[in-house]
Amino acid sequence: MSEKVLEIEHLVKRFDDLTVLNDISLDVHEGEVIVVVGPSGCGKSTLLRCINALEEIQGGEIRLKGEAVSKKSRNLPEIRQKIGMVFQSYELFPHLNVLDNITLAPTKVQKRSREEAAEEALALLSRVGLQEKAGSFPRQLSGGQKQRVAIVRALCMHPEILLFDEVTAALDPEMVREVLDVILGLAEQGKTMIIVTHEMQFARAVADKVIFLDEGVIKEEGDPDQFFDHPKTERAKEFLRTFTFERKHSHS
Amino acid sequence: MPDLGLEVLFKGKNLMRILGGLGVALKISLISVAISILAGVLVGMLMTWKNPISRAVTRCYLEIVRIMPQMVLLFLVYFGTTRIFGWNLSGELSAVIVFSFWGTAEMADLVRGAIISIPIHQYESAAALGLTGMQTYRYIILPQTVRRLIPLSINLITRMIKTTSLVLMIGVVEVLKVAQQIIEANRMSSPNAAFGVYLTVFLLYFAACWPISMLAGYLEKRWR
Repeated sequence: MSEKVLEIEHLVKRFDDLTVLNDISLDVHEGEVIVVVGPSGCGKSTLLRCINALEEIQGGEIRLKGEAVSKKSRNLPEIRQKIGMVFQSYELFPHLNVLDNITLAPTKVQKRSREEAAEEALALLSRVGLQEKAGSFPRQLSGGQKQRVAIVRALCMHPEILLFDEVTAALDPEMVREVLDVILGLAEQGKTMIIVTHEMQFARAVADKVIFLDEGVIKEEGDPDQFFDHPKTERAKEFLRTFTFERKHSHS
Repeated sequence: MPDLGLEVLFKGKNLMRILGGLGVALKISLISVAISILAGVLVGMLMTWKNPISRAVTRCYLEIVRIMPQMVLLFLVYFGTTRIFGWNLSGELSAVIVFSFWGTAEMADLVRGAIISIPIHQYESAAALGLTGMQTYRYIILPQTVRRLIPLSINLITRMIKTTSLVLMIGVVEVLKVAQQIIEANRMSSPNAAFGVYLTVFLLYFAACWPISMLAGYLEKRWR
């Protein structure tokens, strides 16, 4: 098996008395795509936020290539450069145009030259079909376009791992596709990713491994076909049923 | 047509004197505005800190400024410090001190409001890109804060310019004082001068504040 990029050991996250994540352990290997599914409020997003140290954790350990990730780490900004995160609500910087949104961190944080960063940004933008939007401001873009820019912004930092937090949840249905296609493309290129999503078809297509999270614990994990066709636990079956629709015929 | 008493303006150097008076008023207000903006941004950032001491201190400061009439502050600084500390502050310097003290507090409160109106997600997405706290302020939070601040701070700046009319009470010869002097001096020859001269003062204040409002409108549109 290839090198471990991320190791999570016995992670515990509590908000006051409420335990949101209870003893989560997970290894992510180079090039692996992990999809996390589960009912709302099960802690999926919190898990991603812990991996990026946006949340303090109450127990366990998270390591990125052997280096501890914690809100208390002194070199937290350096570690975070290696963890790309894309949020549900895009969170582009409204006062900067698309190109500056993407090149801000590479130039100011990684101290790369403006020309080199801009060149890479434009190349990435054209890969997601947005090269002509480089000079536009976020308010001039559709939701799907904004989310693709947000993905490019994360990519341009050359992260070791990418985290996607329900990136299509705020989008109109016809824009979901364009964003998911970009993520599928990244999976094909062998990027290491953790994806939280409610798009089950997409999850099945993109995942190397599916994690089913419920009430703060990993209830089931494994091969996507196995999980979606033959879920082992009753909770997972119940959860997957909420995505299928059947018309009940009264005159049967 | 009634005699508006405008002719006094063209006697001797009256027009130049009244413009000079406006210059004094503008000098005091612009220096104070510049100090208030810089200090206000810093104090405003302090106000958003969770530290209880910085909170209490800035809170007290803001309340004092809000409660005290500017005139009292002017008297306190101009006359009070001479007795107590033996300082011999000029009227203009006292005015700049008082207006900066006042403007900084009001500006800081505006900055505080603008900073907390920026969604927490902006901080988080900056952090997720590896920006340090200082970089986040410098490149993400402050630029957005400034854009939100423009309309509010323009209001404050014009208020400061208008309020400089108080400094004649501590012996600074600014536009209103010059106007009074001209009216007094021509009391016999043009008894109607009060109208014409004060009208001119009104127009001068308008001319000083109007372009600032225009600039604000322009920036607001450009940075929308």
